[in-house]
Amino acid sequence: MQLDKETLKRVASISRLNLTKEEEDGFLKELREILNAFSEISKLETTNVDLSVQPLPISNIFRDDIVGKSLTQTEALSNTIHKKDGYFKAPRVI
Amino acid sequence: MKIKDQVQLIQSGKLSLKEFIKEVLKESSKINSELRCLNYLANDEAIERAEILGKKKGKLFGIPITVKDDICVKGMETTSGSTILRGYKPPFNATCVERIFNEGGIIIGKTCQDEFGFGSFNTNTSLDFERPLNPFDNERVTGGSSGGAAAFVSKAKFSTAALAESTGGSIVNPASFCGVVGLCPTYGLVSRYGLLDYANSLDKIGTIAKNVDDAELLLNVIKGFDPLDSTSIRKEGKNIKIKEIAIQKEALNVDKEIKDLILETLKKLKIKHKEVSLPLTTKYVIPTYYLIAMSEASTNLAKYSGMRYGKEEDIKGDFNEYFSKIRSTYLGREAKRRVILGTFARMAGYRDAFYIKALKARSLIIQEYKKVFKEYQVLVTPTMPLIAPKIKEINKLTPLQNYMMDILTVGPNLAGMPHLTVNAGFVSKMPTGIMFTSDHLQENSVIEMGKKVEELS
Repeated sequence: MQLDKETLKRVASISRLNLTKEEEDGFLKELREILNAFSEISKLETTNVDLSVQPLPISNIFRDDIVGKSLTQTEALSNTIHKKDGYFKAPRVI
Repeated sequence: MKIKDQVQLIQSGKLSLKEFIKEVLKESSKINSELRCLNYLANDEAIERAEILGKKKGKLFGIPITVKDDICVKGMETTSGSTILRGYKPPFNATCVERIFNEGGIIIGKTCQDEFGFGSFNTNTSLDFERPLNPFDNERVTGGSSGGAAAFVSKAKFSTAALAESTGGSIVNPASFCGVVGLCPTYGLVSRYGLLDYANSLDKIGTIAKNVDDAELLLNVIKGFDPLDSTSIRKEGKNIKIKEIAIQKEALNVDKEIKDLILETLKKLKIKHKEVSLPLTTKYVIPTYYLIAMSEASTNLAKYSGMRYGKEEDIKGDFNEYFSKIRSTYLGREAKRRVILGTFARMAGYRDAFYIKALKARSLIIQEYKKVFKEYQVLVTPTMPLIAPKIKEINKLTPLQNYMMDILTVGPNLAGMPHLTVNAGFVSKMPTGIMFTSDHLQENSVIEMGKKVEELS
């Protein structure tokens, strides 16, 4: 599988990463090598094989609907400088 | 001295807990100066804890415990080894940390790791973190990603154990390279609440210790159902008798001296054993593991964007510009590489060929392991295909060559099966681990095998 530069740029953009020219060239070479090796997996016959999203069967667990302890507003905001009136401040969205 | 004996000594009053902890902290600082294995040394917090413990009882009473830097300890900087999380002080404890406190354990520091666990040698450190050094040879790596945990336990002369974490081998790999015991439990046995996730379906918190008894004791403290983790399991394993063990044929395709050491150890154990083959696992385990791990990581790391915690800058531009700037500046190269690969593997047009295919391959790999455990109780392999390499040798490897080094450890991790490494001996003066894997919830079997190996020395 041959990864092209445009696809790499698109993936980086979706990932919210601005790559430098040096990173772009380096990643392109490395990712091509990795994807080429990983493409081996296409040879594996998997018709009618189920997906394993977890390594062992796990069923949904619901907690009892009881009010418990949780972080206070001050604690939740304690790790940021971007806050105002008890809310997180975020960059412009629109 | 084993942890249970040290606990008795402290509780008998023959040893002052405060004095003991002061000595431990002094020694820890020296170890850190030499090996650079701690991201944070909790001088004040540890002394304070020793003072408030009073005459309480507990399985870990007064025992110094280190915590890998991807596990939250309230008020202690927790970075998962990444610059993007510099300054983050969790306002809560991980469940496993809470359980250690409940048994009288004293957290003395946070151990270093590859950034977000992305590495096999603890050389993928983030921008402003140092690489730890192997206690047996300072020119060599500790292994990773729980490298700091293994190096510290190995070097410390006092009784101690570590909370570590494994996604694809990050407990047993450094434990093997540093000559200590690493115990990675069944997926879901230990709550992941408070763990900074790498890959949700693979991450497991486990233990690193000087001996199997200590590793088992710490696991017994932290394991068990937790309503705060939706993947936490309620079942317990049954004790089964080990009648015959299997050795994986393909795993013997390693350095001759390592192979000889493993076979010699098996011979000394005098347990009936037979060679088995896991051809599908051998061929497909690396792409299967990495495609799943990177896909999950790429979504997990989306939350690191310069808001709410970690590195922040003045907000300029829209969310896209601000998030991209923070992530591009403060994520390390391997983190970027994995985020890009993981995003790619989940994208329309590639998803079926990579991510979905890997999830199906995982089912077949689990089936292959399950087949072995129908006949045998334990599977044996070397832990790593080589001894701890020199740091300058690692620098020459391509990312793909790095990933291939995980060939022996990613299988049990993909299958969520318990595995344990214990030192089998030395090759070129470096410790070399033997690894035991068993079926889900059969921790007892790998622990029993580990103890048998210890009895040989």
